[in-house]
Amino acid sequence: MSEAVISVEAVTKKYRLGVINHNTFRGELQSWWARRRGLSDPNLEIGKSPLANGTMFKALEDITFEVRAGETVGIIGKNGAGKSTLLKILSRVASPNKGRVRIRGRVSSLLEVGTGFHPELTGRENVYLNGAILGMSRDEIRRKFDEIVAFAEIAEFIDTPVKRYSSGMYVRLAFAVAAHLEPEILIVDEVLAVGDYEFQRKCLGKMKDVRTDGRTVLFVSHNMTAVNNLCARSILLEKGRVLADGPTADVTRTYLGMSQMRTHSHWRFADPSNGSKRAYFREAFILDADNESREAYELTQDFQIGLRYRLKEPLRGLTVGLQIISEENNETLISLTDAELDRSRLETREAGDYVAYVRVPAHILNTGTYSLRVGLSKGRQEIFDVVEGLNFRIIDSVGIVMFIGFDRKGSLLSLQLPWRLEKEPGLAAHPNPEVRKSQSAK
Amino acid sequence: MNTTEAHDWTTVIDSADGWYMPDLRGVWQYRDLVMLFVHRDTVANYKQSLLGPLWFVIQPLVTTLVFTIVFGGIVSIPTDGLSPFLFYFAGVLCWQYFASNVSRTSDTLTLNAALYSKVYFPRLVTPVSTVISNLIVFGIQFAVFVAILSVFMFRGAPVHPSISLLLLPLLLLQIIACALGLGLILSTLTTRYRDLSYMLGYVMQLWMYATPIVYPLSQVPDKWLWLFYLNPMTAIVQMFRHFLLGGEAPGIWMMSYSIAVSTLAIGLGLVLFTRVERTFMDTI
Repeated sequence: MSEAVISVEAVTKKYRLGVINHNTFRGELQSWWARRRGLSDPNLEIGKSPLANGTMFKALEDITFEVRAGETVGIIGKNGAGKSTLLKILSRVASPNKGRVRIRGRVSSLLEVGTGFHPELTGRENVYLNGAILGMSRDEIRRKFDEIVAFAEIAEFIDTPVKRYSSGMYVRLAFAVAAHLEPEILIVDEVLAVGDYEFQRKCLGKMKDVRTDGRTVLFVSHNMTAVNNLCARSILLEKGRVLADGPTADVTRTYLGMSQMRTHSHWRFADPSNGSKRAYFREAFILDADNESREAYELTQDFQIGLRYRLKEPLRGLTVGLQIISEENNETLISLTDAELDRSRLETREAGDYVAYVRVPAHILNTGTYSLRVGLSKGRQEIFDVVEGLNFRIIDSVGIVMFIGFDRKGSLLSLQLPWRLEKEPGLAAHPNPEVRKSQSAK
Repeated sequence: MNTTEAHDWTTVIDSADGWYMPDLRGVWQYRDLVMLFVHRDTVANYKQSLLGPLWFVIQPLVTTLVFTIVFGGIVSIPTDGLSPFLFYFAGVLCWQYFASNVSRTSDTLTLNAALYSKVYFPRLVTPVSTVISNLIVFGIQFAVFVAILSVFMFRGAPVHPSISLLLLPLLLLQIIACALGLGLILSTLTTRYRDLSYMLGYVMQLWMYATPIVYPLSQVPDKWLWLFYLNPMTAIVQMFRHFLLGGEAPGIWMMSYSIAVSTLAIGLGLVLFTRVERTFMDTI
């Protein structure tokens, strides 16, 4: 195995919340004078002791990992998990409070493209300046200059001050410089979200080149597809700690599971330990129109219910069923089985893992709390598994009946049906609607 | 981990607390960046202006002219028998290089915070490049000064540039040490006290009048002399005039004291700056 090029040992980074700096010399003098005379500090917030001021926030806590030469490692985690702080420490922009980071080889970090671009300077001058800021020598930039300009596609404007560039040109040039760095270790922070689609593809290609050249890449992103494509290994951060570290597929699964745990509409069931069940549910989840699991779903949008189940043996006549029960009055509003529109599903199903999806159209369930009951059974004779009490909520942020003064439709269902409006032709209208229609047609 | 010995780590990032040696080797490694910053500062400075680099010359010339009229012509302060114009020009030249170094390095950390938060390079690169850009400006001004001096000498003015003029680079080095040291100390303070940078303009102006720029040291009453001996710039300005015009050279003790203060300033500045550059991002 190749040797470690990045070694992070027990790194902790704290930030002070509620900054105590007065920022002006006068403020500091005032505080000092007041303390000297035993008075209360005029700059301190009332009701706070001088010590309580400034609680520490641990952005990173006891982070340890190693990266070996040639690895491409994704760093994932929610906002505030500590990704950026870790990146800043590895880029030497911030220093840890505890612990140690050791790095072998030249590091280039792209926390932003176009760092240090000066509007008054020409494209050419900025390429040199930006390249040098990112750690390239003048000779190195000179060698790659033509390539950089070609990559950015701005050859004819290279001697124009960049303040006259369009934002697209500016970003292309900036990224072109960054893309031509040849460090042993490259640290990238979601800079791919720039430029048009064509250019993004070009950038991703460039990242892949870096990887195939055998250099080490650390890639921080929210974009799971990009991480999956680029990184074999990933590190998951949560609240400043390493929650998972391993093959990207496993880590992304943990990450996705984690982010849905909080939303109450994703349930995971423990496998039956004694292996007695021939078929059982493993997961149930509800996805909104954006395929996201939430705590509440919009009345005005379709949502999908997904049921992940496992068959231990081939089964014939198996149906997956679900019921949606209103919590308000315990009425079953909807009852469905997966074979009712497709009889062929009753034929033998192989052993293995399945996911069944059903889409519930918008405007059926009224706002409120509902309970989901799901079952795996064979007709009425045999029930393999039943799970009940999976609660979810329907909300109405659009306010479909607000305009007539209600906050909710006063009915079990929230159906909206089209109306047709006609003005009566006059007093002589015939009581029979059929006649009336033929009259108006004339 | 006991693989440490087997590895030759290129970078070791330890916790921020503690004192470190200034990263002078890093500045040397990034010398290309230093020169590009110098280029940026000089070029970007005059690109937008009408007269461009002419401003570098106009400014000291006008100041000198004003001094010559006000202090030489109206108030008639004697200038030790030297031509008043040259006397003031030399003083202004020397002082302005010092003052611009102090003021332009004193906001290094606050001015570049955005850049520093995005990318690492030895932070000293910025103030060092500032000093060099200023040196280029000084060079242009100095060339003009030499040209004017030649005209004066050709017309038989009583000026006698001394052979020790060859030591001028050493004197410049001392000015840099003193100014950069002071600037670095101030830049660490301005990260905490923003109002220091407002004060600095006035302080530098007062300091100029407390230095023999618009009058010779010989005109200073005895009871105030101690103040001038304390001021490290007194010896520097005196020495500068001595080199260029042949005025009275400062005493050996005065000069030694000035060198000692400059050395202390640059030492303290480098140490403080190296300590603060690692942590100031957390407080800004």
